[in-house]
Amino acid sequence: MDLTEFTAARIATIVQNGEVTAEAVAAAHFARIEKLDGTIKAFLAVTKDQALAQARRVDEKRKKGGKLGLLAGVPVALKDNIQLKGVETTCASKALKGHLATYDATVTERLKSADAVVVGKTNLDEFAMGSSTENSAFQKTTNPWDPACVPGGSSGGSAAAAAARMCAFSLGSDTGGSIRQPAAFCGVVGLKPTYGLVSRYGLVAFASSLDQIGPFTRTIEDAELALSVIGGHDPRDTTSAVNAPAAPAPAPKDLKGLRIGLPKEYFIEGLDPEVEKSVRAAVAVLKSLGASVSEVSLPHTKYAIATYYIIAPSEASSNLARFDGIRYGFIDKGATNLQEVYEMTRGAGFGSEVKRRIMLGTYALSSGYYDAYYAKAQRVRTLMANDFREAFKQVDLIAAPTTPTPPFRFGEKTNDPIAMYLSDIFTIPSNMAGNASMSLPCGLSKKGLPLGLQLIADVFQEKKMLSTARAYEAAQPFAALKG
Amino acid sequence: MSVSDADVKKIAKLARLRLSEAEVVLYGGQLAKILDSMAELAMADTSGVAPTTSVLGAVNVMRDDDPKPFDDPEALLANAPERDGPYFKVKKVIE
Repeated sequence: MDLTEFTAARIATIVQNGEVTAEAVAAAHFARIEKLDGTIKAFLAVTKDQALAQARRVDEKRKKGGKLGLLAGVPVALKDNIQLKGVETTCASKALKGHLATYDATVTERLKSADAVVVGKTNLDEFAMGSSTENSAFQKTTNPWDPACVPGGSSGGSAAAAAARMCAFSLGSDTGGSIRQPAAFCGVVGLKPTYGLVSRYGLVAFASSLDQIGPFTRTIEDAELALSVIGGHDPRDTTSAVNAPAAPAPAPKDLKGLRIGLPKEYFIEGLDPEVEKSVRAAVAVLKSLGASVSEVSLPHTKYAIATYYIIAPSEASSNLARFDGIRYGFIDKGATNLQEVYEMTRGAGFGSEVKRRIMLGTYALSSGYYDAYYAKAQRVRTLMANDFREAFKQVDLIAAPTTPTPPFRFGEKTNDPIAMYLSDIFTIPSNMAGNASMSLPCGLSKKGLPLGLQLIADVFQEKKMLSTARAYEAAQPFAALKG
Repeated sequence: MSVSDADVKKIAKLARLRLSEAEVVLYGGQLAKILDSMAELAMADTSGVAPTTSVLGAVNVMRDDDPKPFDDPEALLANAPERDGPYFKVKKVIE
């Protein structure tokens, strides 16, 4: 019995009823990490001592007759921009090397209260800026399906860790696709909940009007389970919504009455033929289950990249102002006055993509350019949200590719920022509108690399989206990573 | 469009980033290309369209400003690159 093959839901059940101990589950996953992570390099920190202590607490609680939580003994990995008290939060940046979290993020707190076991912190593009995890200051994470390919990004470490069964599930953050795109590349389920459904307290802010935390899982049930634990109102995040996520529910027997829309702007020239074929095949499965399929239009999709790369860097240039070398992280000791402390610390502490985006954002917000860039982008964002509002008058869900291409190789896009940015063209619009979206595996390319189907639902319609995903999964089980 | 070295240096100053001369040249070229790719935004008709300030139409969330205890101020200070007892240490700001 290999405990790493079990889903989170199964692990919780067998730990709750005493078939296995949380400690044995944790030990199996640490053995797996030791075996595989030398190659995959998903983890920036493995928190073995903390995890085993938490596992023993869970086992002790059960022995004493206590009722265990929804995630009893479930090993979870956290993207390294989410706070885990007493452990480094680096955001894969030299600027935060050595910074120890002084508190738990709300999601971390909720995982722990549900008796989950945090096994480590995962690699990311520095400050979550990137689409391949190549922008990490510390290491390159490889795609578990093919070590020559990137895992996607920015939550590449979390996607790879869940895919390679080094944890039962993981958490990431999604600002323009940073959960869904790596989920597609690594062949796992990646869920971006509606803006506000999951608290961001303890998530290092990148672009606050877009950031959302969500899970990477190997089944839809586990995505529902994870969301039911981490979601719900939190007074410590002022953008937190009052809505609560639903509990996991079995797959519906069919999809009769469900209306699915295919946005014509997503099936365009430049879309990889293999991606298109697999997405259309997945839509055919949904249709065979009783859903009706029609074309819809999201006419402002073509402005997604430009709008995003004004709004997100603008917000980032403000959010990252706090990394000044005074309260935490790196300081350039050569500075002789305060101005130099700021400039030299930030110049040396941040990597090249982070600096590029801070510059871009500062430019877009600067006097004389604000109206042409930032204010314009905020208006176009309204148009993009309106596109979805109109579409959801006609259909219940939107189905589309998650990414325009299959997983790409290391170095393929690193010298051309715009080519890298285009990787997020199909995922950005959902962040702009703040609605719910997810990527789920829909087959493999000829080279054996994972491809992703994206589902998008109106705000707070996670239940509809996840139950459709469950029906698809039951009809078309996801390809499992061998070995 | 072109972004001059002087423009890049001015933005870097505003952003409190010290850049090498090589970075000034690199970012100048890249920013110009990125800004060019954004020119298409001008084609979007936004007359009468309000800017998005909140995707969910949220309103200000207010609460009483009650201090709450934090159990480990030492951990906060321990993260500071430079400190002096219970204080964060900064360079002199007043001559």
